[in-house]
Amino acid sequence: MKLFLGRALLIVAVLVVWDVSARTVTDEFFISRPELVAVKFLELVTSGRLFYHGWITVLETVAGFLTGAAAGILVGLLLGRNEGLARLVDPLLTAVNSLPKVALAPLFIMWFGIDLGMKIILTATIVFFLVFANTYNGVRSVDVQLLEILRLMGARERDLIAKVIVPSALQWVFAGLQLSVPYALIGAVIGEIMAANRGLGFLLQDAAGQLDTGGVFAALFAIVLLALLLQAVVRGTERWLTPWKVDGERREAAA
Amino acid sequence: MSGQQIIGFEGVGRSFVHRDRELVATRDITVSIHEGEIVTIVGPSGCGKTTMLNLVAGLMAPSRGTVTYRGERVAALNGRTGYMTQSDHLLPWRDVASNIAVPLEIRGVPKAERQRRVEALMDLVGLAHFETSYPAALSGGMRKRTALARLLAYDPETLLLDEPFAALDAQLRLRMQTELVRLSRRLNKTVLFVTHDLDEAVALGDRCLVFSPRPGTIVRDVTIPLPRDRDMVALRQDPEYRRLCGELWEQVAPALDATASEFPEPLPS
Ligand SMILES: Nc1ncnc2c1ncn2[C@@H]1O[C@H](COP(=O)(O)OP(=O)(O)OP(=O)(O)O)[C@@H](O)[C@H]1O
Ligand SMILES: [Mg+2]
Repeated sequence: MKLFLGRALLIVAVLVVWDVSARTVTDEFFISRPELVAVKFLELVTSGRLFYHGWITVLETVAGFLTGAAAGILVGLLLGRNEGLARLVDPLLTAVNSLPKVALAPLFIMWFGIDLGMKIILTATIVFFLVFANTYNGVRSVDVQLLEILRLMGARERDLIAKVIVPSALQWVFAGLQLSVPYALIGAVIGEIMAANRGLGFLLQDAAGQLDTGGVFAALFAIVLLALLLQAVVRGTERWLTPWKVDGERREAAA
Repeated sequence: MSGQQIIGFEGVGRSFVHRDRELVATRDITVSIHEGEIVTIVGPSGCGKTTMLNLVAGLMAPSRGTVTYRGERVAALNGRTGYMTQSDHLLPWRDVASNIAVPLEIRGVPKAERQRRVEALMDLVGLAHFETSYPAALSGGMRKRTALARLLAYDPETLLLDEPFAALDAQLRLRMQTELVRLSRRLNKTVLFVTHDLDEAVALGDRCLVFSPRPGTIVRDVTIPLPRDRDMVALRQDPEYRRLCGELWEQVAPALDATASEFPEPLPS
């Protein structure tokens, strides 16, 4: 409760400073004012534009996120269990991974056009590497003794994967997924800013083109809301899929 | 009394490399264990008791000598042994009931049958009502009992138990000891049982192997002339049992004297 109050106060303070500085030291033209942003945002909501453009971005982000994550988990599992294969493809993966993925956007536009598909692929590429790296590390860090004890019980490779490797790598996978949410949005929004006529990135670009600072802030605000929503969904899924962790956290810290 | 040899150690030694130096954990172990025997193992910490169980399970290979199981060299994982490790190795992401069910799932036991057996095992180890707790929320003794139930669920012919009852209270320990002896006698299991409790070593064992400090080797192989089917409660009053415990204490004492040599001379630099 105290924390909640503190946070509310902090937000109010930021808004007040914003408002006062817009009226005094800086210029409303560049930073707008909270009140104007709110009005713009309400306008976006009532006109339905927020939902139209927001929905496009959600679609791109979620589709890219899911395909990227699925591919990342699969490849992470595969390479995590095959050291030889992992060594073989390591230089290639490292090379591609060292690239800032948004730099691929122009290429993707050439290949896939400017429609939704291109943003989904860009997002998926970004998410893939993050989730892959985490899954791979998760699989590699599985307790070897645990595997041996299960083998002693007669477990085959598929038993080990289902009963030990996947559950044990799951918390790493989720760490990768949490990390990926903002990057997934980067993929979708950058794609829209570069080439699109719909989506929150387009809204942002459009407002900036009209020198409408309030509109820019309103679009940014919408993107933040979307990120928080996705973050919450990932966290909820994690809680649902790893119930033992919640149980462990609830236990008071002790040796 | 006991059947044919099931486990054989022939001049077995095991070393580990520790910071570029060879550390001899155990050496010159030669022992023969027979089918249906309960053999207890005692000795100071670090003398290679766990290492001996690892060798029987095939989790590691000896550096010297050979370990055989039913006349064959143990070369890979020895699937006929069941191992309850010192650090229980429960799956943290499974609750008590499904931890116990793991070996049954691996073996493809149908769900209804699985549930029935898991329930019976939980009763046996006194864990009823804890089926949905995760290992992180269990006490040390409860974790041990879960691991024991899991071991019994898959019913291997040889049981390797590494200090299984160390974390249990006196009543529960007595109950588990009784169950262990009863079950292994009825099913003619061979048991290797590591313990730090000499009284327990006498109460359970047909034989007790006494290890020297590291580099550990068997310095005494004590036969315990108590009946095969023992009443764990009545045993505590038995003068013969008391006498055997006292004897074992005396035999372990010289081994403990050698503890001083566990700290080697500083190396000349
Ligand atoms: N996997 C390993 N790698 C390196 N050293 C090991 C390994 N396993 C055992 N050792 C070493 O071998 C020695 C014997 O270890 P072991 O675990 O067999 O002792 P123990 O008799 O079971 O002791 P305790 O009663 O404390 O459990 C120890 O010095 C230990 O450090
Ligand atoms: Mg040990």
